[in-house]
Amino acid sequence: MTVTAGHNIPNRSPLMAFLSRWLLTTNHKEIGTLYMWLSFVLFFIAGAMAMVIRMELFQPGIQFAEPLLYNQMVTMHGLIMVFGVVMPGFVGLANWQLPLMIGAPDMALPRLNNFSFWILPFAFTLLISTLFMEGGAPNFGWTFYAPLSTTYGPPSTDVFIFGVHLMGISSVLGAINIIVTIFNLRVEGMTLMKMPLFVWTWLITAFLLVMVMPVLAGAVTMILTDRHFDTSFFAAAGGGDPVLFQHVFWFFGHPEVYILILPGFGIASQIIPTFARKKLFGYHSMVYATASIAILSFVVWGHHMFTTGMPLIAELFVMYATMLIAVPTGVKVFNWVATMWRGSITFETPMLFALGFVILFTIGGFSGLMLALVPADFQYHDTFFVVAHFHYVLYPGAIFGIMSAVYYWLPKWTGNMYDERLGKIHFWTAIIAINMTFFPMHFLGLAGMPRRIVDYSLQFADFNMVASFGAGMLGLTQVLFLYIVIKTIRGGKKATGRVWEGAEGLEWTLASPAPLHTFETPPKFPTPEEDYPRD
Amino acid sequence: MTKNRNNQRKHTILLSGLAVGMLGFAFALVPLYAIFCEVTGINGKTYAQEIDDAPAVLQVSEREVTIQFLGQVGRGMPWEFRPMDTQLKVRLGEINLTSYYARNRATQAVTGQAVPSVSPFYASNYLHKIECFCFTQQLLEAGEEQQMSLRFYIDEDLPEEIKTLSLSYALFEVPELEVASLTLTNNLQ
Amino acid sequence: MISVTTRFRLHRCLTFFALLGSSNMAFAAEMDMRAGVTDMSQRILQLHHYSLAICVVIGLLVFGTMFYSMYAHRRSKHPKPATFHESLRVEVIWTTVPILILIGLAIPATSALIDIEDNSDADLTVLITGSQWKWHYQYLEADLGYYSNMATPEEQINNFETKGRNYLLEVDRALVLPTDKKVRFLTTADDVIHSWWVPDFAVKQDAIPGYINEAWTRINTPGLYRGQCAELCGKDHAYMPIEVEVLAEEEFDQWIVDQRLAIELASGQAVADRAKTWTMAELIDIGQQVYLDHCATCHEADGSGQGSTYPALAGGEIPNGPMAAHISRVMNGAVDTEMQAWAPQLSDLELASVITYERNAFGNTTADIVQPITIFEAR
Repeated sequence: MTVTAGHNIPNRSPLMAFLSRWLLTTNHKEIGTLYMWLSFVLFFIAGAMAMVIRMELFQPGIQFAEPLLYNQMVTMHGLIMVFGVVMPGFVGLANWQLPLMIGAPDMALPRLNNFSFWILPFAFTLLISTLFMEGGAPNFGWTFYAPLSTTYGPPSTDVFIFGVHLMGISSVLGAINIIVTIFNLRVEGMTLMKMPLFVWTWLITAFLLVMVMPVLAGAVTMILTDRHFDTSFFAAAGGGDPVLFQHVFWFFGHPEVYILILPGFGIASQIIPTFARKKLFGYHSMVYATASIAILSFVVWGHHMFTTGMPLIAELFVMYATMLIAVPTGVKVFNWVATMWRGSITFETPMLFALGFVILFTIGGFSGLMLALVPADFQYHDTFFVVAHFHYVLYPGAIFGIMSAVYYWLPKWTGNMYDERLGKIHFWTAIIAINMTFFPMHFLGLAGMPRRIVDYSLQFADFNMVASFGAGMLGLTQVLFLYIVIKTIRGGKKATGRVWEGAEGLEWTLASPAPLHTFETPPKFPTPEEDYPRD
Repeated sequence: MTKNRNNQRKHTILLSGLAVGMLGFAFALVPLYAIFCEVTGINGKTYAQEIDDAPAVLQVSEREVTIQFLGQVGRGMPWEFRPMDTQLKVRLGEINLTSYYARNRATQAVTGQAVPSVSPFYASNYLHKIECFCFTQQLLEAGEEQQMSLRFYIDEDLPEEIKTLSLSYALFEVPELEVASLTLTNNLQ
Repeated sequence: MISVTTRFRLHRCLTFFALLGSSNMAFAAEMDMRAGVTDMSQRILQLHHYSLAICVVIGLLVFGTMFYSMYAHRRSKHPKPATFHESLRVEVIWTTVPILILIGLAIPATSALIDIEDNSDADLTVLITGSQWKWHYQYLEADLGYYSNMATPEEQINNFETKGRNYLLEVDRALVLPTDKKVRFLTTADDVIHSWWVPDFAVKQDAIPGYINEAWTRINTPGLYRGQCAELCGKDHAYMPIEVEVLAEEEFDQWIVDQRLAIELASGQAVADRAKTWTMAELIDIGQQVYLDHCATCHEADGSGQGSTYPALAGGEIPNGPMAAHISRVMNGAVDTEMQAWAPQLSDLELASVITYERNAFGNTTADIVQPITIFEAR
């Protein structure tokens, strides 16, 4: 990168300069970079855990991961992917892009921004250190249902709770920062209904975060007090109810999964118009659809609990509300397709990932619709059918969203084009590997294989073997991605300011790489064509 | 610029308030859930029928239902615990008496608390207990055994479609620290 | 909306492929949900096919349009992009049509759900209690109850022996049910949340400690049906299967009679066992087998345990300490831990022999002997 570090202080050692730059930066670009690297490192760690899981599930029988270890891998893989990879990844993208997209010099609360980031490495060091504690890491699934996590949780459960509190604080503070930035620092002329869609989806996501992360904090605190301070929120013995935990958790948990995908929707809405050379179809609908999804997400938490003995009326209400979410989601998909329609499309790597996102996320959406039907859910719940569903919406959904954004904006961040041929190889091998890994899981679930099991009956062996092969291949594609990113940072074909022929938006009016300080005077908006750099 | 700063400050404070409010909401879910369950009977818990509230004269209807009695002990609870009647055919409105047998197998005194659960859950609002061993903690000395009584009636408004209902007691050990304080949360009995 | 005939044809087509798949891949997983042996399981399969068909059709339409556009509107073929970017009419259409499709899906789902939640008028009731890591079945009308443990040997799990056909799906005592009777299941648990699931019945119900839930089924065909626990419940969640043996009504009634007889015989046997004074060698012999069947999974075959969650018995405090405390621990379990109460699960002889074994194996040398009569008196 050709950005220059902060102030020049003479006689400072290079190490001190490096540390004070990265520990103390309040610059949204540098903080964005920090989030992205944290996300990438944790992606490899959680991915390694996935490799352990898939290697053990390669064949029936216990090969090397005893149940106690296996359950820890399953739990930690989920926790780190959700809280350490997807969320920081999207926050990193928000940090880099939101000020650029709205014409602001930085986030509204830069010092808070720094604090929000630096909580996370500390929190994840704590969480990962639980693997080495007596009794091992948390082993009750990322959903930590009581009483498995209260009465029977290992000592590391309390460290896990502390870690979750820290991550929650980071998320809430980050979300507040994002909302205040978007409300207050938009350039003159950029009304809410003129903001880029990535900004809209992040605005809505940030509200979801502010509202539900505290509910998670409440849930883990109740687990802590049930464990150590003689409360009985979730223990029948003391007048409590284990199902109450599920209500509180999923009240957080369902909006959380929309937090994990909405920014991805925003990214697709930036990339597809760029490479179709056509404005996004139905801008207003897209905004309303996103808002509807967010609002509906608050009333469907019960669909994770259909087998707990819910009353019929509640089951019916939740089923209808869950099915209804398919409508605004479908509207978004149709709008993306309409954006492509009669455009002039080229298939650079970001576009490939964005199109892969639309198609494979939709497949995940289909299994989600099937899961909503309560009678059928009685056969799908807690099986690999659910595992297939959420991996389709999370991997080709959230992760592809992040990857496509990285390919899309890396030239702006670094000033170098990534290697297009390698990018395409990454895409195609990922597509094959993802489907090889997760598609068979639908069949496994339908055939009767439950979730979170270390070992399985013989009729599940073939599809598990296929899935494990796919997973190995998927792991290798990440290494390729890492190589591509590092290679691009170090050099490559020089990128222009506009980078992509069809790109529109304030960030593309800047030079590539974007200087450390940008928009210190507010730009003109809307950007006249002649203001896009000619180089 | 100052307007912007003031707005930023205002927004930040409002949003922080929202976050704190939602934390309060999470804890509020606990009593909200309890009240919701009490009103609708949704989680099958039953509630104490104060003796004063028992109508002086009950209308005994012709309609009969079967009530099944179940008993189990929590992990580590060293009591034998079982219903004396596994099921009874009773008339609605009629006061009935049954009992549970309990014996402390351990070599020291143990206090137990019985937690009820009714299925179908919405029958729980129609099951009225006048006298029940589940109202209070029960102390049994080492080796002591006891017949613990349950006097109840089923409301004649019990929905038509219920012909059988099941009442289960789960018996848990009360840790010594808590024996002094007698009431459970929510006055649940 | 697809017509009834098309839907029927699609359904038949999918069923055909499912059957084809199941006959070709003799022992591979089915690719389709099974039809099961109850009317409800078949209704659910139909609902599954119906929703799958709708999703496939929508998918083909949407992805087909996308692929077409990727081909026909690529820059080399379509250099000048159109400029339209909104249409209220189109938005209304593609909002309303999905809602109509959803209503079409919701109707059969609602109808099936209302029937599923109608637990009334059952012919018999079974109380199912989930524990770590086994099930307990109790027939309320027949006053009969027993534990059901996985029967797959450790050697198969650890790859020392070839795995049997019903690997991880076999138990020592199956639940036995009659055909053509409405069976009401009450589920509960005594430690953590478990879930009782038999795919062939399409019954899945969480077993929640301290609470009872109800579900029902009516089975059409006799046979053996297998299921598994469907809620993560700790270390051996994968190792608590469910087996149901379904008999015609007369055979079921006979089975109940036979069980009552067996109970009497067993209590007769228990009286004889109590009367006898057993030698150390006899008790160690029986005790070792009991230990391997029930205790080794947590405390390890050599008594070395696994960390503090499953304490080592070799040189351990309790097996080498006062006998009364050891007996109490094994019989009653320990509060708030995974150590269960074995008193209801094992006979006097089994308890006496396993405690004797533990006190004299793994390097423990207490030389203590526990007789079945001691256990009987401690109950």
